[in-house]
Amino acid sequence: MTNGRRATFWAWLWGLVGLLYFFVPLYGTLDFSLRAKRGEISLLAYQNVFGDPQFLASFAYSARMALLTILISILLVVPTAYWLHLKLPKLRPVVELITLLPFIIPVIVYVFGLIRTFSRPPFLLTQTEWTTDLLLASAYVVISLPYMYRAVDTGLNTLDVHTLTEAAQSLGASWPAIILRVIVPNLRVAILSGALLTFATVIGELILADFLVRPALGPYMVLMGQSRAYEPAALGLLSFALTWISMGLIQFFSRGGAALHPSGR
Amino acid sequence: MVPFFVFIAFFLLLPATVLLTGSFQDGEGQFTLANLASLFDPYILKAYSISLQVSITTSLLGGLLGFLVAYAITVGGAPGWMRGILTTFSGLAANFGGVPLAFAFIATVGRTGFLTALLKTVNIDLYGTGFTLYSFWGLTLTYLYFEFPLMVLVMTPALTGLRHEWREACENLGASPWQYWRYVALPILWPSLLGAMILLFGSAFGAYATAQALTGGSLLLVTILIGQQIRGDVLGNANLGYALALGMVVIMALCLTGYTVLYQRTTRWLK
Repeated sequence: MTNGRRATFWAWLWGLVGLLYFFVPLYGTLDFSLRAKRGEISLLAYQNVFGDPQFLASFAYSARMALLTILISILLVVPTAYWLHLKLPKLRPVVELITLLPFIIPVIVYVFGLIRTFSRPPFLLTQTEWTTDLLLASAYVVISLPYMYRAVDTGLNTLDVHTLTEAAQSLGASWPAIILRVIVPNLRVAILSGALLTFATVIGELILADFLVRPALGPYMVLMGQSRAYEPAALGLLSFALTWISMGLIQFFSRGGAALHPSGR
Repeated sequence: MVPFFVFIAFFLLLPATVLLTGSFQDGEGQFTLANLASLFDPYILKAYSISLQVSITTSLLGGLLGFLVAYAITVGGAPGWMRGILTTFSGLAANFGGVPLAFAFIATVGRTGFLTALLKTVNIDLYGTGFTLYSFWGLTLTYLYFEFPLMVLVMTPALTGLRHEWREACENLGASPWQYWRYVALPILWPSLLGAMILLFGSAFGAYATAQALTGGSLLLVTILIGQQIRGDVLGNANLGYALALGMVVIMALCLTGYTVLYQRTTRWLK
């Protein structure tokens, strides 16, 4: 098996190249972020970041917007996807295509369209702060739609929607009760993955918040990048950690979820 | 159901329609093709050309590296721990982008970055060679961080789908490994390879935040140009921005169509 041994050599080589590409920038960022004090290793950059009221404010703003986005997204997507599965399977490809549109339209193009549409009558939304926030949250819903819809759609595929619905109906459940007490509990893993992906998308998003001029984390980071040296590295690493936590939670919950499904709850 | 479609109509289709109609209107709202004709202005063609160069280069390099890594963790038989780390990190890095990614690369290969300093201690002056992170190759290097993991994610199932029997049949017939790859594996894999690379192309083509944070807008990509046009009419024609945007959407739509077609061809073999 000389072939086998050679294959292993190439596998090692390319595997290591991949590992280096992943870890060198991460380690480099970590190393750089610890050098804010000349000549010694310190957490000064992190202290500066967490001590900056503007960081806390923009993080809180982005987190609030992320939660609002997730809420709107769930309210829009779950009943729609459920109804499509139950009554209108023929429409599913159409809706799937719609949910893919945000992939085709780059965010910078999308925000251009939003500004040209909603900064003038009849749909003036950029005049006051709260309507701009509403517009921003709606835009976040749109750009994270592929994640949320796909997660919920995949979740529904694993359920027997018709049987569940008929069972609930024969027990006298109303439509809201069916969705809230039968469908949603069965979809909680799917909804949670969609929500976490949405959270990860919204929290560091730059373009929409920047061009709609709202005080989110993305524009704050750009500002730091222009004015500071070591704090951006700390912010970069923190963002990576946040993505890591989101993805880790998704994997953790979907593993637990797979075990939950056969019980037919 | 109804709220969903009203929402989509209002926040997705309406802005898209405004962009589309705007591309065919002049400042007074009259129909014109002049905006589309202005796309062939040398300044704008240059922006499209840089965007295409970055996207094609990153999709080729990212495609190649991603394929090799996917090969290593599937057919190549890399050890289990390596497979685990590479799979997990591919999922992570493919979702890592925007401003934080630019920061990570500035901290690593920026002018005073970690790797730049490390290389100096062994007498390699990275910036002396003419390389700078804030340029075409710097941007390419940075985009690769999320591009090749995307390739790994897409190619891993395709490579796992290669059956042992096919390879064994080739070996029994006396084929060399090269012949196996050239006449059996690659013809089966090419739709997924090409489809995945289109995906990489699209993700680089539409990117704005990383490029803006990294180069501060000095590398004139189409996305950067659109951003400047939103902030103020830098092109001297308010409606030219619409046409620029339309051009991007057309290219991205072609990408997705190509990807869908190729994806259907791939799934034929994987089932």
